[in-house]
Amino acid sequence: MSEIRRLPPITRRTLLSGAAGAATLAVAAPFRSPAIAQSAPLRVGLMLPYTGTYAKLGKFIDDGFRLRIAQNGGKLGGRDVEFVQVDDESKPAAATDNMNRLVGREKVDVVVGTVHSGVAMAMVKVARDTNTLLIIPNAGANDATGPACAPNIFRTSFSNWQTTYPMGKVMAGAGIKNVVTITWKYTAGAEMIGAFAESFTANGGKIVEDLTVPFPEVEFQALITRIASLKPDAVFSFFAGGGAVKFVKDYAAAGLNKTIPLYGAGFLTDGTLAAQGEAAEGIKTTLHYADNLLHPANVAFLKAFKAKTGNDGDIYAVQGFDAAALLDIGLTAVKGDAKARDQMIAAMAAAKIDSPRGPLSFNKAHNPIQNIYLREVKNGRNDMLSIAQADVDDPARGCKMI
Amino acid sequence: MDLITFGVQLLNAIQYGMVLFLVASGLTLVFGILGVINLAHGAFYMLGAYLAYWIAAVTGNFLIAMLAGVAIAFAVGLLLENVFIRRLYGRDHLAQVLLSFGLILVIDEVREMLFGKDVHAVAPPAWLAGSIQLTDNLSYPVYRLAICVFCLAIALLIFVVITRTKIGMIVRAGAENREMIRVLGINYDSVNRYVFAIGIALAALGGIVIAPISTVFPGMGDGMLILSFVVVVLGGIGSVAGAAIGALLIGLTDTLGKVFFPSVSGILIYLLMALVLLWRPNGILGRREV
Repeated sequence: MSEIRRLPPITRRTLLSGAAGAATLAVAAPFRSPAIAQSAPLRVGLMLPYTGTYAKLGKFIDDGFRLRIAQNGGKLGGRDVEFVQVDDESKPAAATDNMNRLVGREKVDVVVGTVHSGVAMAMVKVARDTNTLLIIPNAGANDATGPACAPNIFRTSFSNWQTTYPMGKVMAGAGIKNVVTITWKYTAGAEMIGAFAESFTANGGKIVEDLTVPFPEVEFQALITRIASLKPDAVFSFFAGGGAVKFVKDYAAAGLNKTIPLYGAGFLTDGTLAAQGEAAEGIKTTLHYADNLLHPANVAFLKAFKAKTGNDGDIYAVQGFDAAALLDIGLTAVKGDAKARDQMIAAMAAAKIDSPRGPLSFNKAHNPIQNIYLREVKNGRNDMLSIAQADVDDPARGCKMI
Repeated sequence: MDLITFGVQLLNAIQYGMVLFLVASGLTLVFGILGVINLAHGAFYMLGAYLAYWIAAVTGNFLIAMLAGVAIAFAVGLLLENVFIRRLYGRDHLAQVLLSFGLILVIDEVREMLFGKDVHAVAPPAWLAGSIQLTDNLSYPVYRLAICVFCLAIALLIFVVITRTKIGMIVRAGAENREMIRVLGINYDSVNRYVFAIGIALAALGGIVIAPISTVFPGMGDGMLILSFVVVVLGGIGSVAGAAIGALLIGLTDTLGKVFFPSVSGILIYLLMALVLLWRPNGILGRREV
């Protein structure tokens, strides 16, 4: 494989011009067949956070992606795969340079990345300018499959809107009338709270107050006291990582978890439960995954992931796994010829994937259509209570492809 | 808002200000008295929190973690003063900024090697773990009350040592004129060494006491460093009492701002600093030229 890598890339033109004397080639395959071009491995650029706060998320996405390819005998659409890894460190400032390096110098066929929304939006811009195939395995910024959508950009994770919109209906349906929302004052927080408020008020609920703290501040005590004095029926929140741990613990320490039920986006309790401990018990959240999904695809996935990496698979691993599955569908449709871009994109857009998270397909903006689950923390796990809303489709506001 | 919740908000403000004071008083010693701009102060705060997490995990006892964490930070402070910081006295600010910024990078790297980059939670000691019921739907964590009391005790201790003891007198005099101290036959270099180490220990102590309510994570010292400088400048450089007043003012402004003026709460403390410096350019209790 390394021999072939050193040759200049074979285009159909050079192949034709050089073919006259190359009798062996003529025997090996007809000229019109892409089989020879396929002998060069598919170059996949993995632009993920391998260091920094999101390093663990990046690793799980990477592991999930490689697991799916390993299950395919190391191939995608019949082609060998070679990886170019770039650590984006979740730094938006370096995102454009990193992406340009992958596309320009490394000449990858497809880029898979990333976790941080700011970095992902810079990647989206370069992908649009250079028409590079991009698959986003985590970042939830609504804009990526909204105003900035493009045929060559897919997402295998979620839009921020999608994860919390179903919760509005769930909470209104549970008889909750008055809610206080609380989040960090930045884009993801605004998008998730906004989607929740949209469906909650449409179903007759009332937002008493929107509380915010600057990102990434973690001193919530003053606002928690404020919540206690407002006495809402429930609280809806979005925090993640260390902030989520702190918020949930402060909420319980103030005794509010006994009187005012806490709801949130799934990120509040995903990957943070061990540190939250008992304080998290009973919190209800919505996300496109739960710890006890029992359908066969998830059972098989968790077993294979554990066997390969020694870790318990999570939603990040699933999103990486599905990114490879989507790419495989696209490449298989064109027999491995990534240059047949239009057919490949059409196949990916029409893909129906039996994902570990449940049925997965894509809307016209290339954002996933998927189930959003209502989960409750029980004994340190995000157990599924019900499907909050089946086949949730992001409205993709501002996308010109719709 | 009823009186009780307002009272609780005041309590929140005081508790926040107390922790700020603990960290900022360390910076006051190093920056105000030794004249060293130590940008790594926040890094030591983070290191204290990680040490507390690690020692508490090994020993299962938060108090041991607290004592050992402070002792380790103190020892590290002595070592650093001896090897690096003492070369900085009297040098220009650029040299101090460069060295202490380098220290941030090194401490961060060491933290990653020893403890990784995960977020950790630390449990407070069992006898401080509960909450006090204030109203039917509001209880206040005992640990936060304990922080108030503890920080107040430390503040009084520092104040007494600085103003009422011979050591404090030497430190204060040395800050004004160190040649005079040398002429009087006092080994001022070793005084400096202990002042610096105590400053570092106070930063670490701040990180340790905050660990059970803040969780422990990489970069947790960044915001604290900025706030500490604000407190020191606000209170008057070199004045421990000024730092206490500054910290309480910031605690009040930040907490009440978040509750009553949420849309502008992010800039309120800087507004406060600007107003105070217009009124007293050297800070509330500042005497020396900045």
